[in-house]
Amino acid sequence: MSTFDFLLQGLTVALDPMILFYALIGVTLGTAVGVLPGIGPALTVALLLPVTYGLDPAGSLIMFAGIYYGGMYGGSTTSILLNTPGESASIVTALEGNKMARAGRGGPALATAAIGSFVAGLIATLALAFLAPYVVKLALVFGPREYFALMMLAFVTVSAAFGDSAMKGLTSLFVGLALALVGIDQLTGQARLSFGVPELLDGIEVTTLAVALFAIGEALFVASQGNTVVEKIEAVKGSVWMSRSDWARSWKPWLRGTLIGFPIGAMPAGGAEIGTLLSYATEKRLSKHPEEFGHGAIEGVAGPEAANNASAAGTLVPLLTLGLPTSATAAIMLAGFQQFGLQPGPLLFATSPQLVWGLISSLLVANVMLLVLNLPLIRLWVKLLTIPRHWLYAGILLFATLGTIGMNPSPVELGMLLLFGIMGFAMRLYCYPIAPVVVGLILGPMAEQQLRRALAISQGDWTTLVATPVAAGILLLATLALVVPLIMRMRGKGALLAQLASEED
Amino acid sequence: MKHTLLSALFVAALAAPAFATDYMIMAPAAPGGGWDSTARSMQEVMQAEGIAGSVQVQNVPGAGGTVGLAQFASTAAGDPSQLIVGGYVMVGAILTNASPVSLADVTPIARLTGEAEGIAVSASSPIQTIGELVEMMKADPGSVSWAGGSAGGVDHITVGLLAKAAGVDPTKINYVAFSGGGEALAAILGNQVTVGISGVGEFLPQVEAGTMRMLAVSTADKWQGTDAPTLIEAGYDVNVQNWRMVAAAPGLSAEQKAAVSADIDKLVNSAGWKSMLETKGWANTYLAGADFDAQLAKDIESTTVVLKDIGLVK
Repeated sequence: MSTFDFLLQGLTVALDPMILFYALIGVTLGTAVGVLPGIGPALTVALLLPVTYGLDPAGSLIMFAGIYYGGMYGGSTTSILLNTPGESASIVTALEGNKMARAGRGGPALATAAIGSFVAGLIATLALAFLAPYVVKLALVFGPREYFALMMLAFVTVSAAFGDSAMKGLTSLFVGLALALVGIDQLTGQARLSFGVPELLDGIEVTTLAVALFAIGEALFVASQGNTVVEKIEAVKGSVWMSRSDWARSWKPWLRGTLIGFPIGAMPAGGAEIGTLLSYATEKRLSKHPEEFGHGAIEGVAGPEAANNASAAGTLVPLLTLGLPTSATAAIMLAGFQQFGLQPGPLLFATSPQLVWGLISSLLVANVMLLVLNLPLIRLWVKLLTIPRHWLYAGILLFATLGTIGMNPSPVELGMLLLFGIMGFAMRLYCYPIAPVVVGLILGPMAEQQLRRALAISQGDWTTLVATPVAAGILLLATLALVVPLIMRMRGKGALLAQLASEED
Repeated sequence: MKHTLLSALFVAALAAPAFATDYMIMAPAAPGGGWDSTARSMQEVMQAEGIAGSVQVQNVPGAGGTVGLAQFASTAAGDPSQLIVGGYVMVGAILTNASPVSLADVTPIARLTGEAEGIAVSASSPIQTIGELVEMMKADPGSVSWAGGSAGGVDHITVGLLAKAAGVDPTKINYVAFSGGGEALAAILGNQVTVGISGVGEFLPQVEAGTMRMLAVSTADKWQGTDAPTLIEAGYDVNVQNWRMVAAAPGLSAEQKAAVSADIDKLVNSAGWKSMLETKGWANTYLAGADFDAQLAKDIESTTVVLKDIGLVK
């Protein structure tokens, strides 16, 4: 039977009323936990695992997958409206999304996020069905040196995409890199910069830092301005729905985001954050309106949101084909498979085709359900912004604090949240960009570990970094991305670049 | 919030006998890992079998369980209704993190389950036996790169013990730590490293599918599901079991400790626990009382020595 026949057969499983019901529970719960900071899809699935013990395998696995997709959807809502990313994959969405929301364009921002997630989820799920065996081969080609090269590319492109002043952007990035050093060094097991505080041994949680810098810092800043500022949050300006130009500016980022997110999600050490960061950088570079970035460019929401949903589907590639869990949620889904005596891995497609294809088909169904569930809610969500400002910010503070405590009930975590919040306030006051700090914290440890792993494997031989065509190719691309603009600028060629440069400094 | 709600639902659904004790089990790890699923399995079986009225699980993740352990030792002292799940990984983490709180600060009750460590290579690797691998290590320890879990963890310790037993300098081993099983497995399958080490369960599906070859297991006896030799059979005196245990609060009276031990004994001998072990694929390596205390002391001692040999602990 061909893949297509299997998929059709899977759809008959997925359209069973009971299975549909499980999928509905899954996506509803997923959206809810995605909206609530602190409760991620991983925790929800872990809590539900014992409850589903008595259910049939197909139904509960499909419910888990619904939670996973739903969580990716819901995470964008708080990012856009409250500048409070619920999970690390939606941090980038907050950058442009929240600016849009404050300019009265929360509706289109939420809509492009929802539709982008749908488009990405749809394409990526189909890709999962048809391309999984090939994508997984590609993923296995990636070893430490290739990941290191990928991180370098991410650093170069992403840091170029931030900020109006290169000096301030780099300062922020290095603050993030310094924070990334805190905790147990993974390769030697030794503690670094933890000053004897056991809670610091696992390093600084990315979401804690992001919520502190974005939400707490913002709230403090607004409070410090008192009533003197006239800047007013407009809940709705123009249509709640996307305009023709919004559509025109969104569809390409959706597709590009999917293209970036899916393969990176499928890589065992990829993860959703890298995909969203690369997508953001790509959109900024390709946009016809680069000046809008930082002030609410719709491309900056559409691309990363598509990328993060595509990477969720990508994560299922190594899980279903190799039994490799590459994210916390995937690890728990693996536990779910095992609970029913199923061993995901190279044999799963052969031993339980009905279940696998049922799962893939119900992801398609869940994706449609999510769109139907989320689009009407947008009108309701944007009403949040009509809440008077002092109440809104009090609410944001409460929400951010609760989320952090919910994730890790420790006074130290709360202390960090407040401390970084004050740091975020100071950075705003002196006009330092905030996003590079978070980028440094995400990319720093990955780049360091992959570099050291590569060198350990090669026993200290640096040429290993360019020893494979893939690694060498990516590094070359990164070098070009760094050097070409410099040379062009030095020679005074390229009016566009010169103009860009003058805007940058 | 959600947690309490679910627990409440659970209690309502499984209305247990009124006289049974209530327990609060701390899983010193994030949801989804081995300790968390051990704690949640205990919760489920203890409630279903009526060993306890209501059981709640609390996750305190961090630093190989030492964050949770420190919190448990200070807040649960003298409270017989509090339990903590832990394991061999904690023994190493306490040493490498120079944790101020150790297993001596809680009351270990029993070892519940355990798993052998497996040593495996990708199917396309030229290495056929554990003997060949060790010869390579003897010739040039650095040329054999090992993919495994976090530095100083049970995977790393096992490699160190093997090197010592084979007469290779343990400080020279080339151990590459990966976070999470998936990444290490990908590195092995993708031939990025020479050999991999992890819990046997992680490798078995790959071995069945013919993508990996198991060279040896680390326990004294052969492991179910693979005919790979034990390290002892292969001539290296290494016996490691990655076990999970349950401990009670510090400062309990002898009667209180006996009551907790009796409840755990009831749990382990219940039909529910047996079927739970079967579905999870866990081996029952129950060991309690003085035997467990002696085994624990032995493990702590050998771990301290090997971590010093590797150079992770001064």
